[in-house]
Amino acid sequence: MKNRSRRRFAAAVIGVSAGGLNALSRILPLLHRHLALSVLVVQHLRPDSDSYLVHHLARLSTIRVKEAEDKEAVEPGTVYIAPPDYHLLVESDRSLSLSAEERVNFSRPSIDVTFETAAEAFQDQLIGIVLTGANNDGSRGLARIKYFGGMTVVQSPESAEYDIMPRSAIDAVDVDRIVPLDGIAGLLNTLAPGEIDGEGSHTAGR
Amino acid sequence: MNDTSTTLEKERLEIRLLLEAIYLRYGFDFRDYSGAHTKRRLENRLHLSGMASFGEMQHRLIHDEGFFNELLLDLSINVTEMFRDPWFYRAVRETVVPHLKTYPFIRSWHAGCSAGQEVYSMCIVLAEEGMKERTQIYATDFNELILDKARAGIYPIELVRNYTANYHQAGGRKSFSDYYSAQYEHAIINQELKERVLFSSHNLVTDGVFGEMHIIFCRNVLIYFNKSLQNRVLRLFYDTLCPGGFLCLGSKESLKFTEVAGDFECIAEKEKIFRKKRRS
Repeated sequence: MKNRSRRRFAAAVIGVSAGGLNALSRILPLLHRHLALSVLVVQHLRPDSDSYLVHHLARLSTIRVKEAEDKEAVEPGTVYIAPPDYHLLVESDRSLSLSAEERVNFSRPSIDVTFETAAEAFQDQLIGIVLTGANNDGSRGLARIKYFGGMTVVQSPESAEYDIMPRSAIDAVDVDRIVPLDGIAGLLNTLAPGEIDGEGSHTAGR
Repeated sequence: MNDTSTTLEKERLEIRLLLEAIYLRYGFDFRDYSGAHTKRRLENRLHLSGMASFGEMQHRLIHDEGFFNELLLDLSINVTEMFRDPWFYRAVRETVVPHLKTYPFIRSWHAGCSAGQEVYSMCIVLAEEGMKERTQIYATDFNELILDKARAGIYPIELVRNYTANYHQAGGRKSFSDYYSAQYEHAIINQELKERVLFSSHNLVTDGVFGEMHIIFCRNVLIYFNKSLQNRVLRLFYDTLCPGGFLCLGSKESLKFTEVAGDFECIAEKEKIFRKKRRS
């Protein structure tokens, strides 16, 4: 009982590039509304993208979905999406910072930047997830998560719209789990189940 | 504590000492910058320099001013462009300038002006609005090397295509090529645009108010500060602005999590333009 009451995970970081809209649209709606995790999502976007992605995903999901804001403290049961054209960093006090510094891996936001800073802030309480994409952003960050004792998860290349990013991560890191797209939400719900409220947070119904 | 988190703790301690050393030796205060950001910049320099630890780096920067100047450039972010976020400049032209025109003379401050791109963008807006002759612009940065670049106003010619597109999206009324002359690989900003600008060194962390302003531009600077430093600098801006004065922040910056949230009204949500409330 003692073990169960001590929650191991505090946050998950998800890195996704090409094919991301589809993948996120299938994962986020299945997350428990009271998931006991803060979820940070880095999706590669065009710098001039509007807030469509956030609104679209918020509409589909029962868990709270919002754009990440500078100096915001993260809360469980919330999905934070990195804004276009800014890197998203996690501070040691687990608040968020944005940065407009140079692109990393030709990307801003860069998955590595968020993964590496989150790895230090959350250490073994972090789950890192690399999804579909056509570049190798995220591999270095995932290695960093592994180094700090976090759990490393990669979408199975066969289930990915673009398999380069998952394959690159699998090559770079001895990952803990390789999971098909349809298994990602279930994994998170199992690893960090939230309190069950009277309204049945486990269903996406209204 | 396990090994990795002990290592991390020691590293954080070394970084704190290094920032303390910079402050004591050179007077630049990075102690209240965003920790995650500062660490990334220092790590980058550490890898490039081949040094083994932040402790070694601290020793080097105390004794080697040239190395410190390199580090100073690492710690200031100079990513910007002319008419960055064109819709912001359109809002300034359409929403803010009509208010500014009601004053006989205005003073404008670009705090953290970097290499001057956004300063000259505003100079163009003011010139086209017939405001140039009754404006004094102060453009400040803590980094002297960057200020020299800003004074020179020379930008790589390959960037001009982007600047030109931005200028037109921002509601520019002329041809962007009216504002620079091309020489080989560079575009040089016209002398007339610089006439009303005073570039000078000012550090938001350690320096104070230097005059009453009607409008302050400080875009994508505060995100590199921690919460308490953000509050301090915003208080400085509040004290600097005249009643009804304007504060322009970066597109993802807000006053929401700050102590001055109640002292300003937001007049353009997306463009992040705020107005200092008049005392009732």
